[in-house]
This record gives sequence, C-alpha cells and structure tokens, in this order.
Amino acid sequence: MAADAEKGQKIVINPTTRTVGASQIEARVEGGRVIHARCGATVFRGFELILRDRDPRDAAYITQRICGICPTAHAVAASFAVEDLAGVRPPHNGNLLRNLIFAGDMLQNHIRHFYLFAVPDYVRLPELRPLVPPPTTDYRLPRAKNERLVDSYFQAVDVSRKAYEINALLGGKAPHPHGIIPGGSSVPVTAITVLNLLSIVKSIQKFIEERMLPDVHTLAEHYPDYFEIGVRGADFLSFGLFPLDPETSEDYFPGAAVIDGRMEAVDLGEITEHLRYSHFDGEEAAHPARGETRPDPDKPGGYSWCKAPRYRGRALEGGPLAQLWARGDYRRGVSVMDRLIARSLISREVAVLMRKWLTALIPGEPVFNRYRVPESGAGVGLTGAMRGGVGHWLEVEGGRIKHYQIITPTAWNFSPHDDQGGLGPVEEALIGTPVADAEKPVEIARVLHSFDPCMSCVAHVIVLDEKEKGGQSPIFQGR
Amino acid sequence: MRDTGVPGTGEALGGLRAGDIRAPEPSAAASERPGKHPLVWLETNTCHGDILSALNGRHPDFGAVLRELLDIYWTNTLMGAKGHQAVAVLEKVVVERAGEYILVVEGTVPTAAGGRYAYVGLRGNGEPWTAWDAVVELAAAARHVVAVGSCAAWGLPFGAHPNPTGSKPVSAVVDRPVINVPGCPAHPDWILGTLAHLVWYGVPELDALNRPVVFYGETIHNLCQRRHYFESGIFAEEVGEPWCLYKIGCKGPVTYADCPSRQWCGEHLNWPVGANTPCIGCTSPEFLERTAPFFEHLPDVRLPGVRVGADRIGVGAGLAAALGIGLHLAGKLLTGRLQKEWGKSLGKAGKTFRLKRK
Repeated sequence: MAADAEKGQKIVINPTTRTVGASQIEARVEGGRVIHARCGATVFRGFELILRDRDPRDAAYITQRICGICPTAHAVAASFAVEDLAGVRPPHNGNLLRNLIFAGDMLQNHIRHFYLFAVPDYVRLPELRPLVPPPTTDYRLPRAKNERLVDSYFQAVDVSRKAYEINALLGGKAPHPHGIIPGGSSVPVTAITVLNLLSIVKSIQKFIEERMLPDVHTLAEHYPDYFEIGVRGADFLSFGLFPLDPETSEDYFPGAAVIDGRMEAVDLGEITEHLRYSHFDGEEAAHPARGETRPDPDKPGGYSWCKAPRYRGRALEGGPLAQLWARGDYRRGVSVMDRLIARSLISREVAVLMRKWLTALIPGEPVFNRYRVPESGAGVGLTGAMRGGVGHWLEVEGGRIKHYQIITPTAWNFSPHDDQGGLGPVEEALIGTPVADAEKPVEIARVLHSFDPCMSCVAHVIVLDEKEKGGQSPIFQGR
Repeated sequence: MRDTGVPGTGEALGGLRAGDIRAPEPSAAASERPGKHPLVWLETNTCHGDILSALNGRHPDFGAVLRELLDIYWTNTLMGAKGHQAVAVLEKVVVERAGEYILVVEGTVPTAAGGRYAYVGLRGNGEPWTAWDAVVELAAAARHVVAVGSCAAWGLPFGAHPNPTGSKPVSAVVDRPVINVPGCPAHPDWILGTLAHLVWYGVPELDALNRPVVFYGETIHNLCQRRHYFESGIFAEEVGEPWCLYKIGCKGPVTYADCPSRQWCGEHLNWPVGANTPCIGCTSPEFLERTAPFFEHLPDVRLPGVRVGADRIGVGAGLAAALGIGLHLAGKLLTGRLQKEWGKSLGKAGKTFRLKRK
C-alpha cells in the first residue's frame, strides 16, 4: 500500500468544505480509481489543556464548545464522567430529559448533515451563492425529483431549527444548551412542556418519514453505484447510546466492537492511539489514558491534527451505521449509500424514542439529584455521538480537573495512517473510488460526506497527563 | 480599544426594549432596499456554532436570507464548491468585490507557530493559506468586518489559559474597526440583525467594545424576569429551582446581552435562566476565563437595597462584578461608566487576557 502513495495522479482537495471544520484529502488516482488516500484535519485547538485546573462541574458546558453541531454529545459524556466520579445518577425524569435534549440535537445534526452537507453532491441546487459553483456536473435526478429534493433542502433548515428548539425549551438555548448537567437536568416536567415537545417531535418525525426517507430512497435509486463505492469491511465501534434507566447501565443502542463482522463487548484496554502521521511529537502508540502529546506542526511525515486511534490495531468506524449494526437493526452492507440510509433510519428511530420518553415523563417528580464533587478521584463517560463513540476520561485532584482526555468519533473515522501504515476508515473507504473528472472529484466528496466528518471534533485531540492512569473504567465494564 | 465616539449607554434605546427589535424581514421591504449584499463568512478556529446558530434564524429563514439579503460568496460549512474551485471564489471576491463585501469572521485567529494551527485551504498557487493570513487579507479589502461569536470578538473561549494556539480576537490582528457580535454562540437575531443593519443603514450604534447597543446595551440582570427575587433575597440553592440564580453562579449582573427579553432560538422560546440554570456570561469578554467556575457566584457586595450576604470575596470577576451589581441601582448614567471600567479592566479591549493561575 505504501508504494501506491507515490503512484498515479495526485488529487488534493483542501478545503473539503461542507464539513464542520477544515480538512484536506489527498488521493492518488490510477486507471480512473483511487489507489491511495490520506485524510488530514487542518485545525488544532488543544481543549484538554484548557480544561486543566478548572471546576469539574464546568466540564459539561466547556466541552460542548468542542463542536457546534454535536455539543450535547460532549455534555452527556462529561456529565457521565462527573457522575462516575461523584457516585451519583440522575433521577428518572432527569435521565429522560437529558436523552431528549441529546436526541433533539441528534435529529438536528442528522437532518442538517444529510441535506446541507451531503445532498449538494447529488442534487442540482438553485443558482444562489454559496450553493454555486456546484461541485459536479454528475446530476442524475429527473427534473421533478430534483425539484422535490431542492424543496426538501430548504425545508430541512426549518426542521433542523425545530429540532434545536427542543434544546432551547429544555436547555435554555441552542447550540450549547445548559440543560444537560451532572446529576440530571434543570427544567421541571409539566403537561404543557410535554404537549409542546410532542407536537415538535411529531412534526419532525413527519418530515423524516415523508421527506428524508423517500429522498434517501430517491438517491439510492438514481445513484445505485454508491452501494459499491465507499465500501469497507464490517469493522465498527459503538460505545452505546441513550441509557434506558438511570439505575441500570443498559443503553437503547448497545455498545459493541464489530471486527470482521464479529460482535464483541468493548474492551477499552484494546485502544491505542498512533502518532506517526499526526502533527504530534512522539512515535510510540499508547493507550489514550497514557499517551502524551505535544503539538508539532512541522513533524516530518505528519499530515493531520488527528491521532490514529486503533482497537486491537484495527481502524473501526463509528456513526449511525455502526450504531444500527451493533443493535442488529441494519446489516445490508457498508458503503456510501448504506451510511446515508442508516442515518435516515436512525433519525426515525430516535424520533419514535423521543415520543416514548415524553410520555414516560412524570410531572412533579425530581429532575436533578444533588451531588458533591470529591476532592480526588477519576471518572469515565462514554456515549454515542452522531458520528460515533465519544469518551471522556476525567481525573480530579484538590477538587479541580487534573487530567481530561477526550476521544472523539472523528478521531476514529477520520484518523490518518497508523504506525504500520494501515489506513483510517475514511481512507480505506476511498480506495477503489472511481474518479471521472480529476478537476471536480465529487465521488471522493460523496465518500467523505457519507461519514459525516467533523474537524471541530478532531481539532482538540491532545493528551496531557504526567501520570499513568489505569486502563478500564469501572462504569464501562458493566456496559 | 478604538474609541468609536459613540456613547455606549442604554439610553440610546429610547425606552425601546432590545427584545422588541428583531431581525427585519427582507421580503417586506425588498423592493425599497438595495439588492443583495456580498458577504464572506470565514470560519477560522471555531466549533462552527455561530453559523449553525445563524441557520436557526426564523424571520427571515435561511432561504430568504440567501434570496433577498445576502450574497454569500464563501462559507466552508455550506458552500457547494470544494478545494481549489472553492478557494478561487475567495481569491476572486477580494479583487472583484473589494470595498463592497462584508467580512464575517467566526472563530479565533491562532497566531502561534506562525498561524499554522488553522488553515482555510490551499491557495491557487498550492501554498497553504493560514486563517491568520486570510483574515488579514480579506479584512483589508472589506467594507465592514464583523466578528461573530465570542471567539472572534474576544479570542475566547479557545484562547483560554494556557491558550495553546496563541488565539487572538479579530480586532487584535487587523488594523481597522471590527464590529463585535459576541455570544457562545451568538443569537441568530444578533447576527442577522447586525448584518441587516449594515446592509440597509450602515454601521449600527456601537458601545465602547464595538458591540451593537441594540443587542448588548443592557445587562442580563437588568432585563431578567427573576430580578425581583434578587431584590427580595430569594435565591435558588440548586439548578432546577425557579428563584434568582445569583447564588449558584449566575453571571447576569456583569453580562451584557438581551437574552431575557429576546429568548432563544428560532421561535424565541426560552433562555438559560428560564431553564433554571445560571447565565455563564458567554457574551462577556471574560468568558470563560473569569466567568468560570460557572456554578460559583460572583463576589458578594453590600449595597443599599440589596440583601446579598458578603460571605465570599475574590472569586472570578472581582471589581467589575461588584460594580455591575451595584450599578443597577444607580441608573443608566453609571451603566455607561461601568462599560468604561469594564473596558479598562481589559487593558486593550478585545485582547486575549490571561487568568493568573495557582
């Protein structure tokens, strides 16, 4: 594979655009197909550094600022980590409210991702900047269907705003709502809140069923070759998503590692992060809790601000397809179209779940459990963000954050080569992608966008602990 | 801070509450107003929360904004084009629409390592184009420069201690006035309202920190629905309680924004205090460096009419906080003075400042 890095015609896309954050794809094309690919994140922030010495209760709000399109995933993970540390769980209502805020954000994200980020690669949009110049001439939809998709595109802006309004109602604002906090949530349950939210969720579900699912079907019908493009093995990772009950550790979408199609329980000890092709000083792969990272923009061979996390040495993919696969809900295949279909299917599933949670809320019951942050200790919070598993590792000393470590889903999906030269999931999926026009390589963009990459997510990945920290978390062993 | 010559007082509102003013509806006035205005929305080191927030605008919605108000040449998040085709748009607009376009910057400007912590893309000649260079070049030819979000306006929160990327606010790297529209994220109305004002009427009235007075002219505390609980000394002890949240960390007394009257986000539904959580001061130049810890309250002060016990001094915002709480009693004249004090406390406002740490 390494030899392919020098062969063929080189195509560089920078910026990739319609991603949250800046990134670059470098592909080698021979015989009209991609034979080698390198994906790099081109921004860096250093979040874990910023978190040091701060009040652990603030982590749920600060880590949301990692990403404007999936802030609640970080709020949930940070809340889990502090709860793990403090030995507290939210009450019944608090758990459901947090699920609802997270789920609202998830719907917003999936709808915006599909329509605003992916659809412009398949649908001829109106002659309006910034939608023009278009990324391709390979538009295959008949006029009427194209019109319908254009109509859906603009409706999607409205519907995703509505999804955000769930965050505003239950969390005060969006993005970066305040309603997900360690110990539970903050808005008391009343009949009118339930009524308002049910109405909003129903209207979003209607859009998903009457627009999003048929629209994905339309794309699948007219771009059937994309069931054969962006293909890779069934290698997935899911950390689990939406706790059913605060007292048990069961999740609605269970956690699992899928290797070559074989399911197994996630063993956090199997995770290592490789640095060789990242802009970080150091060569040795290490467990995330032990790794040390110093940014080095000039590192020879480095091409990404993303480290390369590997599970038992393998690059695992996260996101809706992984989440549905782990639950046994979708097993058709692994391709561009499968990822888009999974994203729309999980959106409907989440809307259905939200209605269930809303009717399970009990007015007058508490939404928040008091807790005290211990002077010292550690905690781990793991959940499933919109684009894959997210994990927060927290260590506290003297009541302040001593160490904070975050592994983001984009770090998995968009990771660069590992030490052995093995490719990251997006890089793998790009191999074999046909490229018709090297000037406008839309096929590469379609593969990239099927993953929902988010460079804001990756931009902060830096580990800064002086002391080694143990492998598995107590909370995770039961999950 | 550059002196804009505009007094930054709440009096400018002329009795009108900031919440009464919404982003205008272009379709209503389209025929009487100039056509679409060229705009570049440059994302630097950001979480993209501000552009996603702008999409939450309701009246007008995003489609109407594109059709009737703004001609958006560049936004990494939404544009159709990719790679060199996209960068060509940016390189062209600087020349062809020089002096016309509005430059919106979202995110901090990293200056460490020569700016190599954030790129906007590869230039036509194949050279990497750092966000720092792009901001400087695009600002030089812009008609107006608008820093949207607290990152662009104040360099924070990504520039918070120890500021690993050397992040700075836009005003610190360009040699011209910058209109600040802070917030984490900025409210869709603050963004679209400021842009509509620029397109139709020119520069809006700004305060001493170059924020549009119409949105940032009053403190959260002054507009808060729970103010009477503060006056009566009825305080929440935990998040989720419907009383004044001052004791559990509300930064409303020192935070300038109209969240209480405007509410979030598209349909103006709620705001953080309405959701029983303290304001974390996200529009402040001090967010999160001095508005954190979010659940610890500001130093208490004893003032006539305020029954807050002075059991804790020295946390967080210090003198400015004390002034903020006292001033609501002293009227709008003093509010203007507070802004000056606030400005002084920042040294050169807009500059990233460091919290001294143990």
